[in-house]
Amino acid sequence: MTPDPCYADESAAIRRTIPLFDGHRAARGYALNAMCFSFNDAANRAAFRADEDAYCARFALTEQQRKAVADRDVLAMLEAGGNVYYLAKLAGILGLGVQDLGALQTGMSLDAFKAMLTAWAEKIPNGKHA
Amino acid sequence: MAQIIGGYFTSHVPGIGGAIVRGDQDTPYWKPFFDGFPPIREWLAEAKPDVAVVFSNDHGLNFFLDKMPTFAVGAAATYDNADEGWGLPVYKSFTGHPALSWHLIDALVRDEFDITTCQQMLVDHAVSIPFELAWPGAESWPIKLIPIAINTVQYPLPSPKRCLALGRAVNRALQSWGGTERILVCGTGGLSHQLDGPRAGFMNPEYDMFCLDNLAADPEALTGHSAEQVAELAGTQGVEILNWIAARGALGDLPLTQISRNYHIPISNTAAASLLLEAA
Repeated sequence: MTPDPCYADESAAIRRTIPLFDGHRAARGYALNAMCFSFNDAANRAAFRADEDAYCARFALTEQQRKAVADRDVLAMLEAGGNVYYLAKLAGILGLGVQDLGALQTGMSLDAFKAMLTAWAEKIPNGKHA
Repeated sequence: MAQIIGGYFTSHVPGIGGAIVRGDQDTPYWKPFFDGFPPIREWLAEAKPDVAVVFSNDHGLNFFLDKMPTFAVGAAATYDNADEGWGLPVYKSFTGHPALSWHLIDALVRDEFDITTCQQMLVDHAVSIPFELAWPGAESWPIKLIPIAINTVQYPLPSPKRCLALGRAVNRALQSWGGTERILVCGTGGLSHQLDGPRAGFMNPEYDMFCLDNLAADPEALTGHSAEQVAELAGTQGVEILNWIAARGALGDLPLTQISRNYHIPISNTAAASLLLEAA
């Protein structure tokens, strides 16, 4: 069966606009994500804390990735190919939870971000709980 | 003959693990979510499954981007949890069921699903938290585990249609197993949520209701979208609904009775749900 080109185009367009973590991003972000994957090990988290520069150098982060990490700039980490499942482990070291990350990425205060999360409940169809 | 007794579906947000550690189940923030579980626990205590086939996604504990299987089936005698890097406790290990795993693997490949097989596989909070919710405080897990991991991390993801087909192939494999086990099917993750990017915090109660309303009676309704469209509708991590769709497929064509259903916003950054379907 020949794939429907419109369908493929639509998928590709969605990948770009959201954006979604596809092969291009996975290739671009490999070093950064590899470093974050290493943080499953407590000794590696300690090594990062002890000497962040040396630890980043070990994983050969690109200049863009190193700057994004140094700046604690989550959107820049994503732009440099970071994937949130792995970046969450770095966020843990930095003492940031998913709501802190949400606030940082949307430019909201933490309280405003939390209020936005709660407000979604008002959109439950028929206001039903279940 | 082995019997598929039902399907247990739940969100697996790491924050739930934190709430359990702190004993926050009855606080105003957490109670509406935890209230979904007493009926599920009562049913499980009565139904006494022997083995759970659990569809979930790894969050960078077992799989890295060096090798990323679309579908991976566990074939281990035991499965360990491990440090995920963000402060959750390390959860109890699981006993596997290698004979049934290899039967599944044989049947799936014969059925033209080219899966990855794992004789070693760490399972993360996506398996441990649903078990903690179902059997709180258990000294050891009362049932065996067969984990099936679906890639929800790196696109291309399998389509909803393909995940439903995988689940149905798992159902056929379970039907042809000669044992006498009582089998529970689980799908974990979701519902709508997005952690990354400028759209962080996005949820979609309308799409979640569509999924909850149709999963049991008309799962095909959930297969009209591509994985990318699901991400657009449900958020970038909302694609974990793929695990639910595959698990629904594994329940096969038996009539299903909804024993319990709960939906609550928000848990952490997520629209959280639990659902229990009994197979007649």
